[in-house]
Order: sequence, then C-alpha cells, then structure tokens
Amino acid sequence: MEKQVILNTKHFELTINRLCYQLIETHNDFSNTVLIGLQPKGIHVLTRIKARLEEILGEEVVCGNLDITFYRDDFRRRDIPLIPSATNIDFVIENKSVVLMDDVLFTGRTIRSGLDALLAYGRPAKVELLSFIDRRFKRDLPIQADYVGKTVDTLISERVSVEWEEIEGEDKVVLFTPDTNG
Amino acid sequence: MDSLSVDHLVGIKDLTRNDIELIFKTADSFKEVINRPIKKVPSLRDVTIANLFFENSTRTRLSFELAEKRLSADVVNFSAASSSVKKGETLVDTVNNILSMKVDMVVIRHPNPGAAKFLSERVEANVVNAGDGTHEHPTQALLDSYSIRERLGSVKGKKVVIVGDILHSRVALSNIYALQKQGAEVMVCGPTTLIPKYIHELDVKVEHNLERALQWCDVANMLRIQLERQDIKYFPSLREYSMQYGLTKEILDGLNKEIVVMHPGPINRGVEITSDVADSDQAIILDQVENGVAVRMAVIYLLAAKIKRQ
Repeated sequence: MEKQVILNTKHFELTINRLCYQLIETHNDFSNTVLIGLQPKGIHVLTRIKARLEEILGEEVVCGNLDITFYRDDFRRRDIPLIPSATNIDFVIENKSVVLMDDVLFTGRTIRSGLDALLAYGRPAKVELLSFIDRRFKRDLPIQADYVGKTVDTLISERVSVEWEEIEGEDKVVLFTPDTNG
Repeated sequence: MDSLSVDHLVGIKDLTRNDIELIFKTADSFKEVINRPIKKVPSLRDVTIANLFFENSTRTRLSFELAEKRLSADVVNFSAASSSVKKGETLVDTVNNILSMKVDMVVIRHPNPGAAKFLSERVEANVVNAGDGTHEHPTQALLDSYSIRERLGSVKGKKVVIVGDILHSRVALSNIYALQKQGAEVMVCGPTTLIPKYIHELDVKVEHNLERALQWCDVANMLRIQLERQDIKYFPSLREYSMQYGLTKEILDGLNKEIVVMHPGPINRGVEITSDVADSDQAIILDQVENGVAVRMAVIYLLAAKIKRQ
C-alpha cells in the first residue's frame, strides 16, 4: 500500500473553517437548523464543526448522532451482521433544516440509508449534506453533497482515510494506493 | 464476536457468553428504535417469518409478532387449534409445507420438550424456540437477564432466586443457564415436590423457605404454578401454596434491603404474588415485557444474518 497525505493538518483546519462559514452563510444563527452526524465516522466531522461554529457564533448549535445500520441495503449480503452504534437525537426535526454530515462521500449508499433513517424522526423542511471528502466518479446513486471539504479523484481500488487528532493523533487525510506489480 | 455462534436459538445452553453480550448490545439499539415516533426499521424487508404456536400464548406470541413487524419482516401466523395438525399431519410435514411457501425463519412454541431442536435438525430454516414444553424458553431468559442488567447495571455477581414451580418451568431452566453464563449466583425456592430431582447437577442452591431465600437474593423471579402441566397434586391447595410461597408486601418490607421483583407472566394475582407487590416500584414486570420486544428483535436480526441467499 502506497500512502499519500492529500490534506495536511494546516489545510485540514482551514477546510473546517471554510465549511463553518459556508454553513453560516446559509443558516444564519442556526435557530431553525440541526446538525446530524452519521455514525460512526461522521460524528468526528460533526464534533469538530460544532465546536468551531459555537466558537464563531457564541451560541449553542443543536446536534445529534444518527445510526443507519438498520436502514442499510447490504444487510445479509455480508457474512457477518452489521452491529449498530448509538443514535442520539433528543429533539424534533419536524420542519427543521437538517444538515447531515459524514467524512467520505463515495457510493452515496450510506447517505441514502441516512435519509431513510432520518425520516423516522419526522419530516424535516430541508435536508442538506456536508461531506468532508467527496470521492467523485464512483457514485451508485444520484446523491451530491451541498458542502464539500475537498474533492478527490480516485480509483476504485484506492482508499481514502480521514484521520482525527483525537483518534489517530493527527488531523490529516490520507490516500492509500495498492501497489502495482511491475 | 460480531456474529452469533449458532444458526438457531434452541436453548440458552447452546449460547456462549459472547452471544448473550452481542444480543444485549443489539437489543440496546432496538430499545431506542421502539421508543421513537416511528418504531420500525426496514432491515428485514426481504425476510418471511412463520410463527408456529402449537400451544397457547398471549405475551410471547404478540411480542414475537411485534418484533418481526418492527423489523419489517413479513409474518405468517399459525396456531395448532385451527390447523391440519388436528387432521394427523406430523410436525416436520407441517413445517416443510409452510417452508415450501418460501419462509426463511420459524418461531415455534410446542408442548413437547425438544420440539425446537428436532425441527432445527430437519428443516431448511432458522429456528427460534419460543418455549418447548418444560425444556427451555430462551428469549424469556434473555429478556429477564436484560431487565436485570438494565435495573442493576450488570448480571455478574448478582444473586437471583427463582421461586415457584421449578419442575414444570422452562423459564426456570433457561434462566439458570443464562444467569450462570453471565456470572450470577442462582437459587431455586419452592416446595420439595416442585423442585426437580436432579437440580443439584445444575450447580444451583436450593431453599424451601421463602423468607430465607429473599434475605439472600438481589433479585426474585416469581414463577406461576403451571396447573395445566400438573398431572397429579404436588401440594395440598393453592391457598396453602400461597401462604408458604406467595410474595407479599409484608415479607418485602420485612427484608433489610430492597430487592428487584420479576415475573415472566401471566401473573396469578394473590397466588405467587400479591397485587400490591406486582404494582410496586420494586417490580419490573412491565419493563420485562417492553424489553421482550427489543430482545426478540435482536435475536431475529442476528439470526437473519445467517439466512443463506440464493
């Protein structure tokens, strides 16, 4: 596996900052907006954006975590059952603007499940998608992000990993390319 | 450990401690689901489940059916009273006929011990035992342990006494296995005639005095007297049983600690438990029923992952 950093710590922070200001442009003071991170990795994006937004706005932003396990379309197509994470939404999303957040947008299937899972909590006025990384060219469904941290063009065999200071020790985005023989 | 070690839930005896942990962890998520405004998830959209009840049941049958429906499975119900079983069809034939209508999973309750195991060895479907005679009732034991875990934080190290008709109770046997696998101490309490002869092989304590048993325990699981399974008289009268083994508010208040009171239902108020105890804060009887749906959803969800795709 060849490893290449495509977003370093400095640009990582700049990107989070930019996404926050883009969100503020659309949602003003967030009085009718809720942010929802998709379990498991989207939670890190949510945590970081929430912290920065509250720093800028000086007010609390309503946030929740959503687990999509039971809504996935690949149940029983895998060898082992999918084990759920916690959902933590203690507010009503009826008529709210919802911003779904995830770390990497690839096939779009996770987001499709996320939309289904979200509807169990009511009928939001509007749903938007924020993806920290957008891997183009391998979408299985007609789904696009409204806010994108960085767009990367990758081969299907490659893997993109978003690493977080609180988990891996350093903020960065890494592209893994499998070794080619000869 | 992210997958069950078994393809069928025939009894707690076959489960590992990891299996039980996995079921509980999954049930936590389903408990959250059934408390949402929309209590349904689409996980088992493509799964069909047959509920075969060869014996009467209200709670278990409803609980299984709700669990299946909340997972979006298609459900067919069958009860022996209105079926061809009365015309002389064998169990395997009945089930195979149902399976040829493309059913993936079978939930079975049967008056004969071993019926679920017998079936699991002979049909091409995942089998869940919903009670087989006096043998096991695994989902009841799982929901009982789950309720103890919810109320007291964990099952490990807790002292649990099972009171009543141990001889005819599948709930007792499944509970003994489940509690011991999770590291709890188990005692059974009841009249000598209702304690099985070989109980010592299960490594449980035996006590014939209710107050002493309650003084020892953290949790008391009160069982019903199963008159329908008793072919001879095991005690002089229900009134006498109730005097000796009925749990009353006076006995509870007389203990120098607060214990948790459980009952798998159906309750015979005034026999094994008085109304004021059943309705008190110490009783978690209705929590058990709620948890039953979540635990059964977890069991069905985890077993559905084992269904082979064509």
